[in-house]
Amino acid sequence: MIEKVDELKISGEAFHSRLFVGTGKFQSGEILSKAVLASKSQMVTVAMKRANPTAEKDSILDFLDTANVRILPNTSGVRDAKEAIFVARMAREALGTNWLKLEIHPDPKYLMPDPVATLEATRELSKDGFVVLPYCHADPVLCKLLEEAGAAAVMPLGSPIGSNQGLESREFLRIIIEQANVPVVVDAGIGAPSQASEAMEMGASAVLVNTAIAVSPDPVIMGKAFAGAVKAGRAAHLAGLGNVRKSAYATSPLTGFLSS
Amino acid sequence: MNSFLDKYENTSWANISSRIELSTREDVESALNSEGRCGLQGFAALLSPIAGIEYLEEMAQLAHKLTMQRFGKVIRLFAPMYLSNECTNVCDYCGFSLGNKIPRKTLSIAEILKETAALRSQGFEHVLLVTGESANKVSTDYLFKAIMVLNEYFSNVSMEVQPLDQSDYQHLIKAGLHAVLVYQETYDRKSYAKHHIKGKKTNFNWRLETADRLGRAGINKIGLGCLYGLTEDWRTDSFFAALHLDYLEKKYWQTSFSMSFPRIRPYEGEMSPLVDLQNRDLVQLLCAFRIFNHELELSLSTRESPALREQLLPIGITTMSAGSKTNPGGYSVSDDSLEQFSISDERSPVEVAQMLRLKGYEPVWKDWDSSYHLKSKFESSKSMLCDERNSSDMQMVS
Repeated sequence: MIEKVDELKISGEAFHSRLFVGTGKFQSGEILSKAVLASKSQMVTVAMKRANPTAEKDSILDFLDTANVRILPNTSGVRDAKEAIFVARMAREALGTNWLKLEIHPDPKYLMPDPVATLEATRELSKDGFVVLPYCHADPVLCKLLEEAGAAAVMPLGSPIGSNQGLESREFLRIIIEQANVPVVVDAGIGAPSQASEAMEMGASAVLVNTAIAVSPDPVIMGKAFAGAVKAGRAAHLAGLGNVRKSAYATSPLTGFLSS
Repeated sequence: MNSFLDKYENTSWANISSRIELSTREDVESALNSEGRCGLQGFAALLSPIAGIEYLEEMAQLAHKLTMQRFGKVIRLFAPMYLSNECTNVCDYCGFSLGNKIPRKTLSIAEILKETAALRSQGFEHVLLVTGESANKVSTDYLFKAIMVLNEYFSNVSMEVQPLDQSDYQHLIKAGLHAVLVYQETYDRKSYAKHHIKGKKTNFNWRLETADRLGRAGINKIGLGCLYGLTEDWRTDSFFAALHLDYLEKKYWQTSFSMSFPRIRPYEGEMSPLVDLQNRDLVQLLCAFRIFNHELELSLSTRESPALREQLLPIGITTMSAGSKTNPGGYSVSDDSLEQFSISDERSPVEVAQMLRLKGYEPVWKDWDSSYHLKSKFESSKSMLCDERNSSDMQMVS
């Protein structure tokens, strides 16, 4: 029942799956294809710097079933807003989509997103008709500003990209989710299905996973595992989790006298 | 202007050397336990003789794990394109050395296009332009034209040529230059002076400060390395390479870095390596660099044998050349008589790609897009237009 009514909607488009999958780091196009299938993902990111749409065979694009999966080109590799805008337009032309995962990391070491440039590019690209999903820090104010700038969803990080550390930014994600009027997709740092579940239980609209699937010794089974975890976490969120108490309250040492 | 030279001058070779030699098991274990965010102190321990003897497998396992996590199951492939073997330096280890009686050649643009066709037909998208050091034959203008032309055909153009001024680098970046490799060869001043006998390359400081000029010019990537075999104490030499990297990474934080580990190969000269870096030592170096810096691109050339290249792959390599020719025109025009050094892995790019697949890696031909440079091209043409407009405004006023 949940699946039928509970769709993720971004820019008017509905998705059954709340798991986005990244396509870097895979051992081969064949394994990528199988892992995406097993994950049941309907939204798959592709780095424009690796894509080669004019080539005879593209090592990523040719392995994705575009009838069932939306390709979300990303701007990985750009260092400022101008470069990002340029690559976005190139992606629109080359892949025929106005959907875009905007990522601007001037720091090639930890790939930290530049909040200022991301906001500037989101504003510009939204005006230009793009459906912009910006990758950003788990900064609640920034996420509101991105929303106002026209972002179709926000993609705050759980922890440094590729780190598998999980939701180190959990407290800020909680605030972002509470305040958002657009879908919140937790991106980066999710290293295990349990962490994806946790994000979904908190009320994230979706999660994006790449390294944890691609680098797993069995990416296909891991893709399936994440699909299950995302579903379970979402269901738990919808059902409503019980409160967590940090200590037991068997006795009432301070107020017991009232009933005695 | 501040540069790495200040740091270099204030770091004692002898102290570093003894720190590496005297590293204890505890030092090595502490570097391993910190999962690599171990700093230069930890790096020194990982380079130590005791680490090499007792911890090599453990280091390799950690290096493999860290590489997988950051880079995944992919290896980037590139090809060198030798544009010229003209050289005005005398260096006792290099086939291009001025004194060597070999035919000299600098490719014309037409010949560059022939080489391009050959490399593109093999599938290459990333190309590394290589020359000797001859500012007359290989000027900045020549390089500018070559890069402009090559950007039409390749996704990514890098170069390994003589050190240039910051303004020259800025000019070449506008043409689409992505990365520059400039190996110090050795960080030991005395040894450097012994091997670099005549020519501009004798200027150790000018070479040492090249990476700073590149960083200030805003290059995307800088490649560093030592040429192993020049200096007896390879451990200390590579520590200085790491010190250089650490300094650059903090100062030019928007630039990415690669490290290479060339060992001296046979060539048309006379010198044999002063010291043979053993395979075991090379493995230790790769592991130490990966554990020290998880994000560093580690590159391996066709100088190494096919068997060794395959063994080194999982330890931390992220980038490889394949089917390389080390002479100008080698892919399409000339025979092998003009080469800088003879390669060891003579397999074709297709064969190397097949090997990678068998080993569980995706060969990545394209990991950049030349259009990423269009923005800067656009801006430079726009600013040129503005300049023209301003000057015509000026004329109208006058």
